[in-house]
Amino acid sequence: MNLGHIDPALLLAALLVAATPILLAAIGELVVERAGVLNLGVEGMMITGAICGFAAAVETGSPGLGFLAAAGGGAVLALLFAGLTQFALANQVASGLALTLFGLGLSSLLGQGYVGIKPPPTPHLDLGPLGDLPFFGTVLFSHDIVVYLGLALVVAVWAGLKYTRSGRILRAVGENHDAAHALGYKVVRVRILAILFGGACAGLGGAYVSLVRVPQWTEGMTAGAGWIALALVVFASWRAGRVVLGAWLFGGVSVLQLNLQAAGVAIPVEYLSMSPYLITILVLVIMSANRSRAPGSLGRVFHASG
Amino acid sequence: MTITKFLAGAAVALGLGLAGAAGAAEKTRVGFIYVGPVGDGGWTYEHDRGRQAVEAEFGDAVETVYRESVPEGADAERAITEMALKGADLIFTTSFGFMDATLAVAKKFPNVRFEHATGYKTADNVSTYSARFYEGRAVQGHIAGRMTKSNIVGYIASYPIPEVIRGINAAYIHARKVNPDVEFKIIWAFTWFDPAKEADAAQALIEQGADVILQHTDSTAPQAAAEKAGDIITFGQASDMAEYAPMPRVSSIIDSWGPYYVARTRAVIDGTWESQQVWHGIDEGMVEIGEISDAVPAEVKEEALALKTAIASGEYHPFTGPLKRQDGSDWLAEGEIADDGTLLGMDFYVEGITGEIPQ
Repeated sequence: MNLGHIDPALLLAALLVAATPILLAAIGELVVERAGVLNLGVEGMMITGAICGFAAAVETGSPGLGFLAAAGGGAVLALLFAGLTQFALANQVASGLALTLFGLGLSSLLGQGYVGIKPPPTPHLDLGPLGDLPFFGTVLFSHDIVVYLGLALVVAVWAGLKYTRSGRILRAVGENHDAAHALGYKVVRVRILAILFGGACAGLGGAYVSLVRVPQWTEGMTAGAGWIALALVVFASWRAGRVVLGAWLFGGVSVLQLNLQAAGVAIPVEYLSMSPYLITILVLVIMSANRSRAPGSLGRVFHASG
Repeated sequence: MTITKFLAGAAVALGLGLAGAAGAAEKTRVGFIYVGPVGDGGWTYEHDRGRQAVEAEFGDAVETVYRESVPEGADAERAITEMALKGADLIFTTSFGFMDATLAVAKKFPNVRFEHATGYKTADNVSTYSARFYEGRAVQGHIAGRMTKSNIVGYIASYPIPEVIRGINAAYIHARKVNPDVEFKIIWAFTWFDPAKEADAAQALIEQGADVILQHTDSTAPQAAAEKAGDIITFGQASDMAEYAPMPRVSSIIDSWGPYYVARTRAVIDGTWESQQVWHGIDEGMVEIGEISDAVPAEVKEEALALKTAIASGEYHPFTGPLKRQDGSDWLAEGEIADDGTLLGMDFYVEGITGEIPQ
């Protein structure tokens, strides 16, 4: 065993990177669920974003445009879900599952010509002297812009839901859509916008995997990250701050367990391997033991009557 | 609906069904169960190339079907059953974890032939086939031992099954032989395919000083991670992964399943199919060594090729004594060669490797 081989600064830096895809997808899904819609298609939207972003970045040579296309691709797929659930009033669980299957198939079709190609590198944000700080420079100020964007998005969602008028309307729609409708709020419109936002976020998360974290295109490459994001929202009891904590915990323990293995720590590998799931769930469940409550209208079909 | 209409409808449906069955009987149907997507660029990709070889060989006489990304476990049995129910005559199940599911389904469909890759359980209608990947690992280990500067070789392992352990041992023995100071750091990913996790594992190994990465997982993600880090060498796994040559990928093990799949399909068509256990290596062409790139010094390349030739001709066996187990007990005496039984069930590290094999 040699723990000295693990550099804590590099480990923490890797944590931020590993957490970013699920953080992005989870914060989008949080908004969707706070609006009272359960979209189980996160995995499908992520993988679609991964290939849309990858293809756009390769074709244009610009990772920025790639991320934009990824958000667009995820949102377009989400639009399909919105149409099914908000206009055709289809069952949300079934539609969401179908969306995941569809997204996986669509992405492998779109990705046919992109296997084995390298994307243009996403540059690290140059933060000048901050990047040269010992320890903190590596941990906090050596990342690409999407890492910071993800965190900014979380703050924006938190503040938006808590303090802005539109955030409160969104929550009202999610808590009790009949009451919100009676007050004159456009339930369907609010929900469609939330679903699109969720799709765009999931798309960004997917593109972060294909453009930065791996970086390459492989079929099925998100490998379940969307489902983890979904679980994270529930275990974080629909709170933005806890989603960040959950994503960091999950990303952090995932990276840590690999590092511990490489360092030859004498903990059985099976335990290390399951630790990210176990620890994340445990911590979040304990934290939200007393106040865990889903939005009142979550997953229920809204039909404006009377 | 009246009863006559119902009966008439049923009769038509039955007739159509029979006609369909008769039509299908002329064609031999060959099914493939894959553990990953066909576009993984590694393991499953090569199996699918084998499937395409069958199609190219027999044309209209054979129809192939496949299911990709089938999880190992309970779901595998359902997928294999489904394929058998759809009238497959021959089914290849292409991952170790499909072993018990294959046996279970084979019991229910005695007229369907099954071929299970890398396993060790057979039945009257179940064959096993595998490649002696460890021969390729020996060559990789040699190159790794000669080229590492940090003397740390990182190894991304998948599941603790004999095939993977054999690979680690073969690579380690030959790295150690040319570089007594070499050390292996092993990460068990517990997955065959998860690009993000594979990339993270590669990165963790690189951050801890490894400058050679060997992988026994299926995607090209570790190659991409190594390229990003720079000055790291890797080897293509299961497929050539030539898009990462000449650096970081300096060579590869390529699985070549096509000829075997064609031969077995022919045996079914001819009615000569029999249950067997096949374990082919470099010699028979089931294991190929991908081109050694210019990043490898000429003399190292020459040695590696000589080693490959010696293995192919049978002049040298990668597991030749004297060798000890990790706990220091004797395994093979001077000049003794490991028997296939021990190799197929290998559940121990050789002396010098640190860490424990997960149970």
